[in-house]
Amino acid sequence: MTLGPVAFLAPFLLLALVVLPILWLVLRAVPPAPVRRRFPGVALLLGLQDEEAAADRTPWWLLLLRTLALGAVIVGLAGPVLNPREGAGGTGPLLIVADASWGSAPDWAARQARVEAALEEAARDGRPVSVAALTAPPVEARFSPAEGALAALPGLEPAPFAPDYAAFAIPEGTAGTLWISDGLDHPGRAELLARLEAFGPVEVAEAAGIPPSLGPPRPEGGEVALEVHRPSGGPAQVARVIARGPDPAGAVRVLAQGEAAFEAGATRAEALLEMPSELLARVQRFEVGGVRSAGAVQLADDGLRRREIAVLGPGADEALVLLSPSHYLREALAPVADLIEGDLGAVIPANPDAIVLADAGRVPEAAALEAWVRGGGTLIRFAGPRMAASEVGVGEDDPLLPVRLRAGGRTVGGAMSWGEPKALRPFDPEGPFAGLDVPEEVRVSAQVVAEPGPDLAERTIAALEDGTPLVTAAPLGEGRVVLFHVTANAEWSGLPLSGLFVRMLDRLALGAGGGREGAGGLEGTVLVPEVLLDAYGAARDAGERAGVAGEAVAEALASGPGAALPPGLYAGEDRAVAVNVIGTEAAEAGPAAFEWPRAPGPLVVDEEMPLGGWLLVAALALLALDALLSMWLAGRLRLRRGAVAAALLPLALALAPGGADAQDAAPGGGPATATPGEEAPFDAEDIQAASDVTLAYVVTGDPAVDEISEAGLLGLSRTLAARTSVEPRRPAGVVPGEDELGFYPLLYWPVTADQPTPGATATEALNRYLRGGGMIVFDTRDAGFRGGGTTAEGRALQRIAAGLDVPPLERLPEDHVLGRAFYLLQDYPGRFNGRDVWVEAAPPGAERIEGMPFRNLNDNVTPVLIGGNDWAAAWAVTDAGRPMLQVGRGPAGERQREIALRFGVNLVMHVLSGNYKSDQVHVPALLDRLGN
Amino acid sequence: MAAPVTLRPRADALAAPLPPLLARAERLASTVAHGAHGRRRPGAGDEFWQFRHAMPGDPARSIDWRRSARSDATFVREMEWETSQAVTIWVDRSASMDFAEGGRAPKADRAALLGLACAILLIRGGERVALAPGEGRGPPPAAGRARLDRIAADLAGPGAGGDRGGDHGGDYEGDYGRAPQTPPPPNTRALWLSDFLGPVEPALAAMRRAADAGVRGVLCQVLDPAEEALPYEGRTVFESMGGRLRHETRKADALRGEYRGRLAERRAALRDACRRTGWVWTRHATDGSAAAALGGLYHALEGGGR
Repeated sequence: MTLGPVAFLAPFLLLALVVLPILWLVLRAVPPAPVRRRFPGVALLLGLQDEEAAADRTPWWLLLLRTLALGAVIVGLAGPVLNPREGAGGTGPLLIVADASWGSAPDWAARQARVEAALEEAARDGRPVSVAALTAPPVEARFSPAEGALAALPGLEPAPFAPDYAAFAIPEGTAGTLWISDGLDHPGRAELLARLEAFGPVEVAEAAGIPPSLGPPRPEGGEVALEVHRPSGGPAQVARVIARGPDPAGAVRVLAQGEAAFEAGATRAEALLEMPSELLARVQRFEVGGVRSAGAVQLADDGLRRREIAVLGPGADEALVLLSPSHYLREALAPVADLIEGDLGAVIPANPDAIVLADAGRVPEAAALEAWVRGGGTLIRFAGPRMAASEVGVGEDDPLLPVRLRAGGRTVGGAMSWGEPKALRPFDPEGPFAGLDVPEEVRVSAQVVAEPGPDLAERTIAALEDGTPLVTAAPLGEGRVVLFHVTANAEWSGLPLSGLFVRMLDRLALGAGGGREGAGGLEGTVLVPEVLLDAYGAARDAGERAGVAGEAVAEALASGPGAALPPGLYAGEDRAVAVNVIGTEAAEAGPAAFEWPRAPGPLVVDEEMPLGGWLLVAALALLALDALLSMWLAGRLRLRRGAVAAALLPLALALAPGGADAQDAAPGGGPATATPGEEAPFDAEDIQAASDVTLAYVVTGDPAVDEISEAGLLGLSRTLAARTSVEPRRPAGVVPGEDELGFYPLLYWPVTADQPTPGATATEALNRYLRGGGMIVFDTRDAGFRGGGTTAEGRALQRIAAGLDVPPLERLPEDHVLGRAFYLLQDYPGRFNGRDVWVEAAPPGAERIEGMPFRNLNDNVTPVLIGGNDWAAAWAVTDAGRPMLQVGRGPAGERQREIALRFGVNLVMHVLSGNYKSDQVHVPALLDRLGN
Repeated sequence: MAAPVTLRPRADALAAPLPPLLARAERLASTVAHGAHGRRRPGAGDEFWQFRHAMPGDPARSIDWRRSARSDATFVREMEWETSQAVTIWVDRSASMDFAEGGRAPKADRAALLGLACAILLIRGGERVALAPGEGRGPPPAAGRARLDRIAADLAGPGAGGDRGGDHGGDYEGDYGRAPQTPPPPNTRALWLSDFLGPVEPALAAMRRAADAGVRGVLCQVLDPAEEALPYEGRTVFESMGGRLRHETRKADALRGEYRGRLAERRAALRDACRRTGWVWTRHATDGSAAAALGGLYHALEGGGR
């Protein structure tokens, strides 16, 4: 029987509720028992009569209380269950298939939980199950007991491509199917549904929304346009698109951000990222902020790479180098392109994206150059005295010039001419220079002049005030030819001195080589994967994977990646190709939501919760209250009002656990935050922390983890006090963003899988802390469980550290000062002894000097230390000073604990004394100098 | 050989309540100003009264030579005439006096304290004091510290000097104290401390008998405030302290008015009888100040003697 979300296991017991009114009547008739009271004045009372003849009745509210208590008992015994799970029904083998695709990755944990729930239910019902990820269909699916499948469930991982429905063979004997769907309309879904339904009922579970995905980047001038898709539509919403790449120092950072604003109901929106080509060349990936899915990532490849541009100018004397036209060109192009030098015969075979010819008359190897342009090259020419003198293109169509030229050229504003030097006309909004500002000071005093012709207007892409063409362009085969009618130096015009010149070249250079992206030219080549994406959108080194044929890559570029060719960056001989989840074809169509014939079930199923126990507890509480009230009513309980409140308070607290928890929610042990408006921003806790060395840990919100952290730092503090002159106070727990971090030399940060990502304030506080010389020890505590893949803690760490200014890292080198800051150490164990401990990378120039045991390394304290050895657990002691947790086994374990403590001592010493030990490499030199 | 072993604890137990009660009573007595008791005329006594010229007929022994040496005349030192009175004190120590409510001391405690303090004051004033038993004739009044110790021991000891619930013939009187049936020696004073909640007629009769014998005295009704207010509510069975009387009510608070009326009647009867016999009527509630009550009692005893 079901009442709303509550079902009853023994509904017939509810019939007993009928007796409640009878109980009411009975209880009503029985007055409360009298109090016996010794009282000498009774002698005076003898013979007095009570005024009221009626029986003294139990007050109605007491009756109500008792009735409620009994009602609660009856209902509680009837076995109410909140959110009863509707049995999927059916018996026989259950098939569970999951679209373990990139669309499932963001909420994969929920999907796994759903599968787990289904498996547990199947285990209860004794149904054999078969679990299959449709992205990696098992060769031969077979049914096995659900218990075994439960154990294997953590191995079910999403893959960064679409499911392969056609390849899935439905095992024999399937009696029912649970389909964990990602909601996307992958090809073949309808057919598989039909095939599954032939075997038995199909239950579909689907998340409420489909995560957004990102289309390929399209560079447009100084901007990059990216389309964001959200197949499930929804209200107006803004998605953040982020471009990441290395900064000049090599650390991967956010290079640019843009916003894609969805209108209500729209499934597509475009984000424009303002990116000069110099930035664009460094982009490694674009991603939709906050979406952990391979579909929301676009790896950048050669489509965005730096162009190669050959600059050929007239040979110039060494002394006149600053006047050489090619000098201006080099200066302008160097930031945006790779320059190639040499003569034309050597440059053309190198196949640059563009060739710039400054003031060339007759081109010596015109045929080769023309063939190159026709093959897709961009030729940019500048006029000059030589060109004018050679009369090239005068009266004839030279294929290497976009327009015919008049003989002679033109000089304005000179000593021998009338008129003023001309300024530029604003650019055509349709042309390649659209949107560039024309500076006032640019004046053109001489130029070569185009012969008017029918197509001159459309070939003019920049002109002077009077309409004289300044820059003309014409297509030639697949390429094009551009002519600046002025010199590339400041002889004829002020253009090369202005910033406009750089931007115009930038535009032209970006446009160059545009036709060479994509699948063309891949046939017959072999590409080696360099970086691969996982389903969560994290890039991973491809390692030693075998190369793939260019044809396969070309196909994947069009139709999307698959199991054989996962998304990633594939390097060929002369180019790198990024295979992204959303390929060009998919981007045009846009990922679509699949329309199920019947509405799919929700992914998150409310936990079944028996209420019987709670009701019985409530009945007991009511009866206890009844006892109290009866005593009070009978006069046995003579309490003042305050005392009654005090007696009822624990009861009230017990009945409202939420209220009591709310107080505990405040970070335990953390210093109280200063209330706004207070004079002093620092409280006593802060002052204490500042006056003594205090180790601190980041409060994760998981009480067990926090307890270990505190106990661990306590143990380390005691060890420090016993062995060194560092005598720390009791460790403190801090919440970044709420507590002032500056007082703590060291933050120990245990990473839990479900830790929230720090907000903007917290990130800023942490970055300030790192910049101010603080050190954060990230401990993922998973060194013992890591089996090749990234653990949930590892992913959480990536998530947390994404906003932090973390420098490039390297594995803790043998000669790092951490190994000799106090103790000499080779290992850095905690409860686990993993080798993966990461610190700030040494500067690239550091090399070991012959005869020195250590390199002369950086002067800095590493701002972060990342590892998974669960150090706090090894350090943890109880208040009485005994170790809290077992480390290893026997004496070897105790030895490991000792080494762990020594590592902790070294760590604190390193933080507090910095490069002191590192500087010891200078000791021989100092002694030497003292000796002399 | 067991005697010395058990004797000591028993002696300790016996003596234990004595010093505190006596000390408290002494402290209480010290709050009363002395000096109102002298006879204000020359006579036999210990206190100096005046010097006067020696008259013929004065015995030479009475001449105060020290005074006389300072002048030509001879002087006789006259002492103040001090007569000692006999006071019998009755402290009701029946079960009903054990009643206490709300953390206050039992009535018996307060009555004993007041009685003993009066005894101290009287003995200091040179009077003779005796503790009146409920039945029969007690020891004759006597003065001196020894008597005081005896009184203190009697008051502290269990039921030693008072009557404790003897059968009075009625169906409920056993729980209540009974005024001394044997009148005190003639022309003495009496101080009766009781709650007077028991049957009133025997008490009045005893008082009349005493008055007939020329005894005047003070009646002090010691009550717990709860007995004046009846602060109870709800369904209650009231029992006397010995459990011999019962009264059940469904609403104790409804009886409050009538109860107070009866208590006032009782007091009026006692006060009337006192007025007619020349006794003094006072009352005391245990939440009041013992010092004030003592002052009142002492002055009533004093005033009665004038």
